[in-house]
Amino acid sequence: MADLIVVDRDGVEHKVEGKVGVSVMETLRELDWGVAAICGGMCSCATCHIYVDDAWLGKLPAPQPDEKELLQELSGYQPNSRLSCQVQLEESVSGLRVSIAPDE
Amino acid sequence: MEGNVVIVGASHAAAQAVDSLRREGFSGRLVLVGDEPELPYQRPPLSKKYLAGEFDPARLWIRPASFYEQQRCEVRLGRRAVAIDRERQSLALDDGSVLPYDALLLATGGRVRPATVPGAQLAGIHYLRTRADVDGIRADLAPGRRAVIVGAGYIGLECAASCAKLGLSVTVLEMAPRVMSRVVAPEMSAFYQAEHASHGVDLRLNTTVAAFEGGPRVSGVVCSDGSRFPADLVIVGIGIVPNVELAAEAGIACDNGIAVDEFCRTSDPKVYAIGDCCSHPSPHYRRRIRLESVDNAFEQAKTAAANICGREVRHDKIPWFWSDQYDHKLQIVGLSQDYDRVVLRGDPATRSFSCCYLKGRELVALDAVNQPRDFMVAKKVIAERVPLDLGRLGDPAVSLKEAGLPA
Ligand SMILES: Cc1cc2nc3c(=O)[nH]c(=O)nc-3n(C[C@H](O)[C@H](O)[C@H](O)COP(=O)(O)OP(=O)(O)OC[C@H]3O[C@@H](n4cnc5c(N)ncnc54)[C@H](O)[C@@H]3O)c2cc1C
Ligand code: FES
Repeated sequence: MADLIVVDRDGVEHKVEGKVGVSVMETLRELDWGVAAICGGMCSCATCHIYVDDAWLGKLPAPQPDEKELLQELSGYQPNSRLSCQVQLEESVSGLRVSIAPDE
Repeated sequence: MEGNVVIVGASHAAAQAVDSLRREGFSGRLVLVGDEPELPYQRPPLSKKYLAGEFDPARLWIRPASFYEQQRCEVRLGRRAVAIDRERQSLALDDGSVLPYDALLLATGGRVRPATVPGAQLAGIHYLRTRADVDGIRADLAPGRRAVIVGAGYIGLECAASCAKLGLSVTVLEMAPRVMSRVVAPEMSAFYQAEHASHGVDLRLNTTVAAFEGGPRVSGVVCSDGSRFPADLVIVGIGIVPNVELAAEAGIACDNGIAVDEFCRTSDPKVYAIGDCCSHPSPHYRRRIRLESVDNAFEQAKTAAANICGREVRHDKIPWFWSDQYDHKLQIVGLSQDYDRVVLRGDPATRSFSCCYLKGRELVALDAVNQPRDFMVAKKVIAERVPLDLGRLGDPAVSLKEAGLPA
């Protein structure tokens, strides 16, 4: 387990125990903040969009080209956008802070 | 809203309905009835990574068990709904219990279409819809075994790719002259045929199965042209039949599925239907359609939940779907049933291209192969009916966003 700080769509901050070794999406979906994750983590749907706190952005491996392409076409795209199914949670990023992006 | 809501079927559509009903403020008794022994799980990985043994089974659940507790949802698994009494507004289950409802939500999905040729009952002949089905298939998989797959739709081809990856010798038998012929253009079929061939899959088109041979286990497949294919196992993927009987026997109107309006309501205003089991009007395509996709199950669940709770919401979405075969990401948006021309963006030889389906200058559907940006942009271009410049559309150096005719 690693700490994960999640800011929900109402701006409320939650500290949760995230599962290590799987994507952040798995934790978010179980915790029910409206992350649809329709394709189940196949990087095919862009319905698991989050913003990563700037302080953490550089500590994560950079997104692959297909993830970037999906992100850039979302209306809520920001430079710190990620697909949560493509971000692995590891002990090394315990305390990772993310916000759930608006539904589109 | 208070009272009783009962959901029949426990899969993609139902899991989302539980979530959406509570979000819309339903505070009454919520019961979920499903005839499979498990909580709702994801079906798409079944023919993909789960079949190939690359998917952690614990990740199959759509929501953990704690979710249903938190949502105060009574879950009745391994139970079949057998009859709807519309006058009394109650639902009878196969254990004799009766559940009253103020709103009934049918999410009964579909069942596999069975092969009816001689020998279809032999052991070793599999179908693929449920987790139990795949676990049965997996028990029969071993490198070097001969798998014959009947049907070259998405599921058949995904199975072929997964079996080839595992080192089986794979033959696919398809009645039509090309693969995925119901849903994609010939250009797309050609690409996927070549990909399967390059992975050693023996694809036989224009080939109709006449019988299965062997006993008690299947040992081969005989085709109507007399050709024979030895088999250690067979997987039949020839489509699904919507589960309409529960509704039909109660006198609810059906039309290629349980017929609903744009509010997901059936001919009985207390009964709603969502997901693979229902047909619904598509305002965008101006006709009645029945879809088999996770996204549709998800969106209709949200729509039905809102309407049950008294918030009028219309279902008007552009459908989309994905399929993974080998390393190729196929993303499909829109319906490609009514088009007059196809324009390719990019060269299939590069394995990254899109196939655009047009009616006049309007994009009605797009298949993106390893081309996620086109998929995302196409959703908007289709929904907004943007008139396109076909020359620019065919130039992959011009982004799809820039391919609109000047206003
Ligand atoms: C192998 C496979 C791969 C797929 N891949 C993709 C993909 O890549 N992308 C995509 O978008 N879609 C995919 N799909 C389709 C997708 O899974 C379906 O569209 C989705 O499951 C539909 O959900 P549903 O809830 O409407 O129905 P279903 O998933 O069919 O569930 C209906 C449930 O209701 C139960 N039931 C029926 N009648 C009764 C009754 N009387 N009482 C109690 N229970 C009942 C059934 O047993 C079943 O458990 C795939 C499907 C399969 C099988
Ligand atoms: S879950 Fe579909 S892209 Fe992340």
